[in-house]
Amino acid sequence: MSSTTNTSTQHTSTIGSIGTPSRRNTELGLLVFAVLIPVFAYANVGLAIDGTLPAGLLGYGLGVGLLAGVGHLVVRKFAPYADPLLLPLATLLNGLGLVVIWRLDQSDRLQNLAELQYGAFSPSAPKQLLYSAIGVALFVAVLVFLKDHRILQRYTYISMVAALVLLLLPLVPGLGADVFGAKIWISVAGFSIQPGEFAKIVIAVFFSGYLMVKRDALALASRRFMGLYLPRGRDLGPIITIWAVSLLVLIFENDLGTSLLFFGMFVIMLYVATERTSWIVIGLLMSAAGAVGVASFASHVQARVDAWLDPFGCYQTSGACEQIGQSIMSFGSGGVLGTGLGQGHSDLIGFAANSDFIFSTFGEELGLAGVMAMLLLYALIIERGVRTSLAARDPFGKLFAVGLSGAFALQVFVVAGGVMGLIPLTGMTMPFLASGGSAVIANWALIGILLRISDTARRPAPTPPTNPDAEMTQVVRP
Amino acid sequence: MSELTLTVMRLGFLAVLWLFVIMAVQVIRSDLFGTRVTQRGSRREAGRPQPAGRQAPPQQRQQPAQGRQRRNAPTKLVVTEGTLTGTTVALQGQTITLGRAHDSTIVLDDDYASSRHARIYPDRDGQWIVEDLGSTNGTYLDRSRLTTPTPIAPGAPIRIGKTVIELRK
Repeated sequence: MSSTTNTSTQHTSTIGSIGTPSRRNTELGLLVFAVLIPVFAYANVGLAIDGTLPAGLLGYGLGVGLLAGVGHLVVRKFAPYADPLLLPLATLLNGLGLVVIWRLDQSDRLQNLAELQYGAFSPSAPKQLLYSAIGVALFVAVLVFLKDHRILQRYTYISMVAALVLLLLPLVPGLGADVFGAKIWISVAGFSIQPGEFAKIVIAVFFSGYLMVKRDALALASRRFMGLYLPRGRDLGPIITIWAVSLLVLIFENDLGTSLLFFGMFVIMLYVATERTSWIVIGLLMSAAGAVGVASFASHVQARVDAWLDPFGCYQTSGACEQIGQSIMSFGSGGVLGTGLGQGHSDLIGFAANSDFIFSTFGEELGLAGVMAMLLLYALIIERGVRTSLAARDPFGKLFAVGLSGAFALQVFVVAGGVMGLIPLTGMTMPFLASGGSAVIANWALIGILLRISDTARRPAPTPPTNPDAEMTQVVRP
Repeated sequence: MSELTLTVMRLGFLAVLWLFVIMAVQVIRSDLFGTRVTQRGSRREAGRPQPAGRQAPPQQRQQPAQGRQRRNAPTKLVVTEGTLTGTTVALQGQTITLGRAHDSTIVLDDDYASSRHARIYPDRDGQWIVEDLGSTNGTYLDRSRLTTPTPIAPGAPIRIGKTVIELRK
C-alpha cells in the first residue's frame, strides 16, 4: 500500500472513485439469519416448557420475517447504500425480545400475579408484535419521506420546543399518569405512551442544529486554566439550561433515566462538536452535583440509591425494593452458560419482569456467554452509528448520528448497569428487547434515521463533469 | 423433552448467537478493508505510474494473466521521455489508457496530449496493441502516425506529444 500513498501524493486525482458496493445482499443474508435465530429460540422455549413445538411458531416466525422483509425491501428501494448491519441487528434484538416476552407470558407465576393485581391476565407478546409492526411502519415512513436528513436542520428551534413539550407532557394534570412512582407516561385514548422516548430523537435534532452553529464559539473562546479550557461565562448558558431541565425532569417526574439520558447526550455532542475534554469534566461534575443534590431530598431517588447500595438489605427492612436483589440473583444463577431458554426462574422478579428487568431473564437463561453476545449486538449498533457519523460529509449529519448513537449507548448502559447493580436502577427500558410500545417504535425510527444518514454518507460521489483540460490541448503546428 | 436435547439446544443457541456476532464483525471488516475494493485497488495500483527509481514488488505484480502471455511478451511499460520519464507500469493484461484525463491509467502532464489520447491493450493472443483515440496531435509508433490499432514491436517507441513510451520485457 505504500506505493499507493506515494503515487497518490504525486498524482492525487489518478485514483478514480472506487465504486462503493451497496451491500444490500449482505444485509439480506444477515437478515435471514437474524430471523432464524429467534425462531430457533422460540422452538427452544416451547420444547423446554411444554415438550412440544409451540403452536404459534409459524405465526411468530412469519411475523418477524415479514417485518424484516418489508424493512429490507424499503431499504433496497429508498436507501440502497445504507449500512448493511443496522437492520439485521435491530431485527435480531427485536425478535429475541419477542421470544423472551412470550416465554414470560407462559409463566404461571406471572399470570397469577397479573390476575391478582388487575383481575385479568393478557399476554404481552401479541401486543409487542403489534408495536414492532408499528415501529417498522414508522421506520419505513422515515426512509420514504425523509429524503435528506439535512431538512431537519431547518427545524432546529421548533424541535427544541417540541422536545421540551414532550418531556414535560407527563406533568400536565389529567394527561400524565403516575405509574409506580415515575411520572413518565401519558395516557391518550387508553394507550399509555412514554413521550421521553420520542423526545430523545427530537432533541438530538435541536442539539446538532444548535451545536453546528455555535461550536466555534464554544470551542475557541475559552481560557486555559489548570490544563482545562474553561469556557466563557455566557457560553455556559446552554449547558446550564439543559442541566436545569434535566434536573426538573428528575425532581418532578422522578425519572433518573430520562434526566441522565438528556444531559449525557448533550455532553457527548458538546464534546464531539468542540473536541474539548473540559466539557466532559464540567458535565460529569454538574451531573454528579445534580444527582447528589436531588437524592438528598427526593425520597423516590433516595430509595433507588439505597436499594443500589445494599440490594439484599431490602429484604430485612421493607418490601418493594427487592427487585434489584432478585435481578442480581437471576444473573448469578445463570452462571457462564445459562440455564437454557425457558428453564430459568426469572419470573420470580414478578412485576416488570418483561420490561425493565428483561435483561435479567437473558442473564439467567443465556448466562454470561449470552449476555456478552447481546451486549456486543448493542455495541455493534452503536459502532455503526458512530461509523456513520465519521463517514457523513455534513456537520449536521455527523452530530446527529453521533447524538442518536450516544443516546442509544447511554440507554443501554443505564438499563444494563441498573439491572446488574452497577448504577442505581432507573425507569428506562432496554432498547428493542423490553416490552413497551413507545420504546420499540421510537428506536425503530432512530434506526431509520441512522440508515438515512448512512445512505447519504456512503453513496458514491457523483461522477465529476468532463475534464476541463480537454480544450486546453495545444495543437502541434508543423 | 430429554435433558440431553435441551442441553444441546442451549449450547447450540449460544453458538448460533455468537456466530451471528462474528458474521457481523466480518461484515464490518470487509467494509473497512473491502475485498472487492482491494482487488480493484491493486489492479489500479499496478496500472498507475510508479515514480522514478521505485521498483514494483515483483511477486504481486506478475501473477495474474500469465497464462495469456506469450514467452517473449513484454512485461512492463516504460516512459523514456517527457515529464514522467522513468515511470514503469507492469503489464498484466489490463488496458492502459493514456491522456490528460484524471481517470487515465497514465495521466500525462503534457500540453500536447489530449485528455483521452491513446490506449494500449492486449489482443486475444496476448499481442499488445496501441490505438489512437482520436487525439488532436496524433500518436506515433516509430515514425508513423497511427490510423488503425497497431501491434507494438518490443522496443518500438510510442510518441504522444512530448512523451515517449516503450514496452520492455
